[in-house]
Amino acid sequence: MARPADFAQRRKLLKLGAALASGAVVGPRLVRAEDASPPKDGPWSQMLGPGVVDRPYGQPSQFVKDVIRRNVPWLTASPESSVSFTPLQDQPGIITANGLFFERYHGGRASVDPAQHRLMIHGMVERPLLLTMDDIRRFPSVSRIHFIECPANGGMEWRAAQLNSLQFTHGMVSCAEWTGVKLSTLLDEVGLKKEAKWALVEGADAAHMDRSLPLEKCLDDCLVAYGQNGEALRPEQGFPLRLIVPGWQGNVNIKWLRRIEIGDQPWFTREETSKYTELMPDLRSRGFTWLIYAKSVVTFPCPEKPLKGPGIYEVRGFAWSGKGRISHVDVSYDGGVNWARAQLQEPVLPKALTRFTHEWRWDGKPALVQSRAVDETGFVQPTISELRAVRGVNAIYNNNSIQTWQVKADGSVFDVQLS
Amino acid sequence: MSSFRRRGSRSDRSPDGAKREPGSAYPRMGFPRIALRSMRATGMLLTLASSAMAQERHPPGYFGYGAAPTPAQIAGWAIAVRPDGRGLPPGRGNVDHGADVYAAQCAACHGTFGEGEARYPKLTGGSLKGDRPEPTVGTYWPYATTLFDYINRAMPFPAPHQLSPDDVYAITAYVLNVNNIVDNNFVADRDSLPKVKMPNRDMFIWQDPRPDTTAKECMTNCVDPKSVRIDSTAEGKDLTPRTTGPLDEMKPK
Repeated sequence: MARPADFAQRRKLLKLGAALASGAVVGPRLVRAEDASPPKDGPWSQMLGPGVVDRPYGQPSQFVKDVIRRNVPWLTASPESSVSFTPLQDQPGIITANGLFFERYHGGRASVDPAQHRLMIHGMVERPLLLTMDDIRRFPSVSRIHFIECPANGGMEWRAAQLNSLQFTHGMVSCAEWTGVKLSTLLDEVGLKKEAKWALVEGADAAHMDRSLPLEKCLDDCLVAYGQNGEALRPEQGFPLRLIVPGWQGNVNIKWLRRIEIGDQPWFTREETSKYTELMPDLRSRGFTWLIYAKSVVTFPCPEKPLKGPGIYEVRGFAWSGKGRISHVDVSYDGGVNWARAQLQEPVLPKALTRFTHEWRWDGKPALVQSRAVDETGFVQPTISELRAVRGVNAIYNNNSIQTWQVKADGSVFDVQLS
Repeated sequence: MSSFRRRGSRSDRSPDGAKREPGSAYPRMGFPRIALRSMRATGMLLTLASSAMAQERHPPGYFGYGAAPTPAQIAGWAIAVRPDGRGLPPGRGNVDHGADVYAAQCAACHGTFGEGEARYPKLTGGSLKGDRPEPTVGTYWPYATTLFDYINRAMPFPAPHQLSPDDVYAITAYVLNVNNIVDNNFVADRDSLPKVKMPNRDMFIWQDPRPDTTAKECMTNCVDPKSVRIDSTAEGKDLTPRTTGPLDEMKPK
């Protein structure tokens, strides 16, 4: 884990590795107190470790205890209709570990027996279908890497900086490789009638969570997924079957998917009228705002990962856009006065978390660190002031604004907003 | 409910669905049946399917997997209700009966008159104006049909989708009544609910107006450095759970 506390030590180790690889002599600089390792062996070097299948299903190191999903207890009335946050501050690459993928339940985590699970597709179709999981796995399969973001990610920050934590300001986004059937394959199989324009997608959870989706999106790139990062979906992510709606807000990616009804108009479900709509200053509300617009955040430094004294740091972060690929990311250390182009790290995939890095020589003076994403459509991530000017402070959803981290002279980092 | 559960858990493959030949039923879409037959004969189909599987469009029934659901199976699961009333089941419920069912099933969380308990949602009162808008059924929900749909599918929260249609209609009538949207004599059913005009119905924009920001890419001297000042900070607000150690319950100390 890239804890900045270990940064200097890691650099030393990297140097050591490079020196050993090139056959160079290791300088005495690396030898420290006599009981330190090296030169002394650690206990793990002087005893046998447990054998294979000691843990038939693996788990993180016992020394990695803090990297877990966390929640904000005061945010919701009950944990069964709530959210937990991914520890982005400890996510090294674009893939979120399955055990750390953020949770959002509307009626708790359903425990679905895959042998009893069915997907029903009916409505304005030529031949309604009832599919078992075995049936679904027989269809041609594809794998895609996509992020999922709850549109309420950053929803607590509309009025002011509130939560002093990357995990809680941005942790309602995660990214995984999904494997399943293209929804278009299933819709071809049932045969859409000419009048068909919308699909109602519904889960088998206690909320019977449901949303209306336009068929253009369903036929474009949606997946009915059963695989996640090399294993079956986790129950938290809708085992045994979920919808993936690439680049669109999390709640339409229906988990525990059991039914798709085809119709000619939307259903205006509770989750697309009373929730997931945005109240504007003129008291009108926006609905069907599914798309996640370009967004980015610096993941190091951040409140959880302060700086340890002046020197060279690799500033790191994630950018993502529901419209396609990230084109580029710029970073600023002076609150948006001047910007520098960050380096995108491969892979740069459409509608996926994209990693960016930038070398920063911190002089030890207070700084205001920001990142600004631009996607392949040319859309530029806005500031919170720009968003507020249009949408006010009561929209809750779709806050894709630039995050500002205040770095103090002692290296500590705070969530702030600029005027 | 019990029959619904039984149906939902049954394997139930229709012989028709299981035996359907690829492409047999719908010759008007995609490959004509006769073409499919000759493609199979020449092995073309295999080539097509393996080389362009991801992009290939197929006629309905091409794969022939799964079963055709029976009308009873469809009816058991198709619970979604539209604003025009499509999907509303037979049955009816009045405000008085609704008050009784609501008191037993809903009031513990939502309050006797929908005022809300603890942090559970308020169903009545409030306003969308002001600093802290309260989007309730009365102030916000655009369609009364959605109320029936949601109570039916997701309520009561700890034991959802177990109320009879008559009880769901009755609770719907009561919640509309305590919001002063219908009078005391209102009877909710599949004919009356679509006709209820919710106060906030015309205040929704169903076309996404974004992008609604016009941020430009500027690289140097983008803003006056003197204008850059911190407007708000999360420092010291005491709202943030800790992100190390065990989960933070944030209980008052």
